[in-house]
Amino acid sequence: MMNWLNILIQGSLLGGFYALFAIGLSMSFGIMRLVNIAHGDLIVLSAYVALVVTENTGLDPFESLIIVVPVMFVLGYALQRGLLNQTLSGGLLPPLLVTFGISIIIQNGLLQSFGAYDHRLKEGAIETSSLHLPGGIDIGVYPLLVFVVAILAIAGLQLLFYRTRLGRAFRAVSDDADTAELMGIDNRKLYALALGIAMIFTAIAGVLFGIRTIFAPLAGPIRLILAFEAVIIGGLGNMWGTLIGGIVLGVAQAVGAAIDPNWQILAGHLAFLAILIIRPSGLFPRTRE
Amino acid sequence: MNLDTVRVERGTKASRIFAVVAVLLLAALVAMPWWGDAGDMRLAGEMAYYVALAQLWNLLAGYAGLVSVGQQAFVGLGGYALFYLTGQMNMNVYLALLIAGPFAGLMAIPVSFAVFRLRGAYFAIGTWVVSEVFALLASLIAVLGAGSGLSLTVSILREVSPDRGSRDAILYLMSLGVAVLVFAVVYLLLRSRHGLALTAIRDSEPASASLGVNTFRTKFIIYIATAACTGLIGGLVFLQKLRISPEAGFSINDWTVVVIFMVVIGGIGTLEGPFIGMLVYIVLRELLANYGTIYLMLMGAIAIAVMLKAPFGIWGFVVQRYDLQLFPVGRRLVSGQSEPPAGSQ
Repeated sequence: MMNWLNILIQGSLLGGFYALFAIGLSMSFGIMRLVNIAHGDLIVLSAYVALVVTENTGLDPFESLIIVVPVMFVLGYALQRGLLNQTLSGGLLPPLLVTFGISIIIQNGLLQSFGAYDHRLKEGAIETSSLHLPGGIDIGVYPLLVFVVAILAIAGLQLLFYRTRLGRAFRAVSDDADTAELMGIDNRKLYALALGIAMIFTAIAGVLFGIRTIFAPLAGPIRLILAFEAVIIGGLGNMWGTLIGGIVLGVAQAVGAAIDPNWQILAGHLAFLAILIIRPSGLFPRTRE
Repeated sequence: MNLDTVRVERGTKASRIFAVVAVLLLAALVAMPWWGDAGDMRLAGEMAYYVALAQLWNLLAGYAGLVSVGQQAFVGLGGYALFYLTGQMNMNVYLALLIAGPFAGLMAIPVSFAVFRLRGAYFAIGTWVVSEVFALLASLIAVLGAGSGLSLTVSILREVSPDRGSRDAILYLMSLGVAVLVFAVVYLLLRSRHGLALTAIRDSEPASASLGVNTFRTKFIIYIATAACTGLIGGLVFLQKLRISPEAGFSINDWTVVVIFMVVIGGIGTLEGPFIGMLVYIVLRELLANYGTIYLMLMGAIAIAVMLKAPFGIWGFVVQRYDLQLFPVGRRLVSGQSEPPAGSQ
């Protein structure tokens, strides 16, 4: 019994990670219906930016966020303004293929600059310390911190969406881009801002992920898939749903790993496919397609 | 206009001239074992199976609107079916090859139950997840060699043909044969009434549905049929590679990204595009392969540039400029005496 409780807790904490991966993806889909294939590579790129910053400035990974976040914000803004805005009117293929191209460029650019080696960000004691609960359950301080960050990030985004002028504009273009434009919103600028903000969360996810596990230039696609699964399980356009989707995925993986460590990722995929067949629009859908 | 003199034109002057050229070219390719060396045949065989994969992806994405990035699932399934049937079940290699395709098609049926729940870009990533599931399963199953995969034994190769020279020729001719077969199937399909339905779906799914096209059934059949053909190609490819592993068999880069590159560069939604895209890809690769990662970055940049500046690819540009059709699938209404008017399809 305690063993299952432990699996549930560890899986949920892992889910906080996946929710954090998914926020940027969920946001760019919610606002501009953009499915960003390069999302996972941008997470990995953030970890590499943090690596360069920590190696050259003496900042630790958490402190490096004061540089990584603005860098990724600007990159997101520029990508949307320079490339992705041009793809939004022409149907399904252009955004998909352009972000595919960006993904290949990032992966190979990282290979070219850093080689195929594994890297890791080192944050020190927090990585290994844990809280001891009665019943022999240990909770890692770091996974707990990540889980709290995921909750705060989603709460912050909800505040942005429902309590600010900018958020109202985001919701307006999401509901009806053409009408929003008639009301005086500059959609192109707003989209650029949206990807910029999405990339703030991508940057945080990337740095936190780089502290927890080793990363390499080709680590992006699996991160994209995990983020995507969390979004779909939770239901499109529902941020709290995404958190629950991440938790479902994390628990499924923890259960799989408890049966056989090789089954971890597979169990997550199978849970995703099962939910897809039973509830095609996810557990808590909100956005129309 | 007098209706008696109006008829439906299925070909063009250019297409009839090109048909002759194509037959001559094909004859030269079939004769390659007598005039080319093993290296030529290997490259030409690779071109043949890539063009077949590109035609299939084009049929899926360009016509049926099913943008899959998970076709490597069926390449891998076909490859593994061949290796398992020959190596573990001692089946004759030709028979195993014939089974590899239908096996992949059969597996596509349960897959479609899941991925057809998703639309557009989400369908794309969904197919990718499915392919990852197959790769992970292959890496866990002991009889499939788990993570390290399977190899073909010499005795199986001897079944293809006892001596090496004729084996190279047979493998090449099979690749060529499969490419011709796939092209013929796609071409005839698109010229048939089902092709008309597919073209309508390509242009507007809601409009075609409202005119009575059963879009779900059409897409379902296309998905299963392409999976079967992709599986057959997978079997053939790994028969030549002699080894299969989860990474190689289910590689998204080798079997899907490269194929998408070809179709997009050549011109999506056309039959000519995949040929041109394949040639561009092979030429770029032969010229730049020594530059490794930079070459791949260049490919990514070219794909982005084409998508933004010329979304219909090289052949789309040619059609727009010269109204040239080498493999016409449309119907033109022409009056009996005069030449067909330009620009109608």
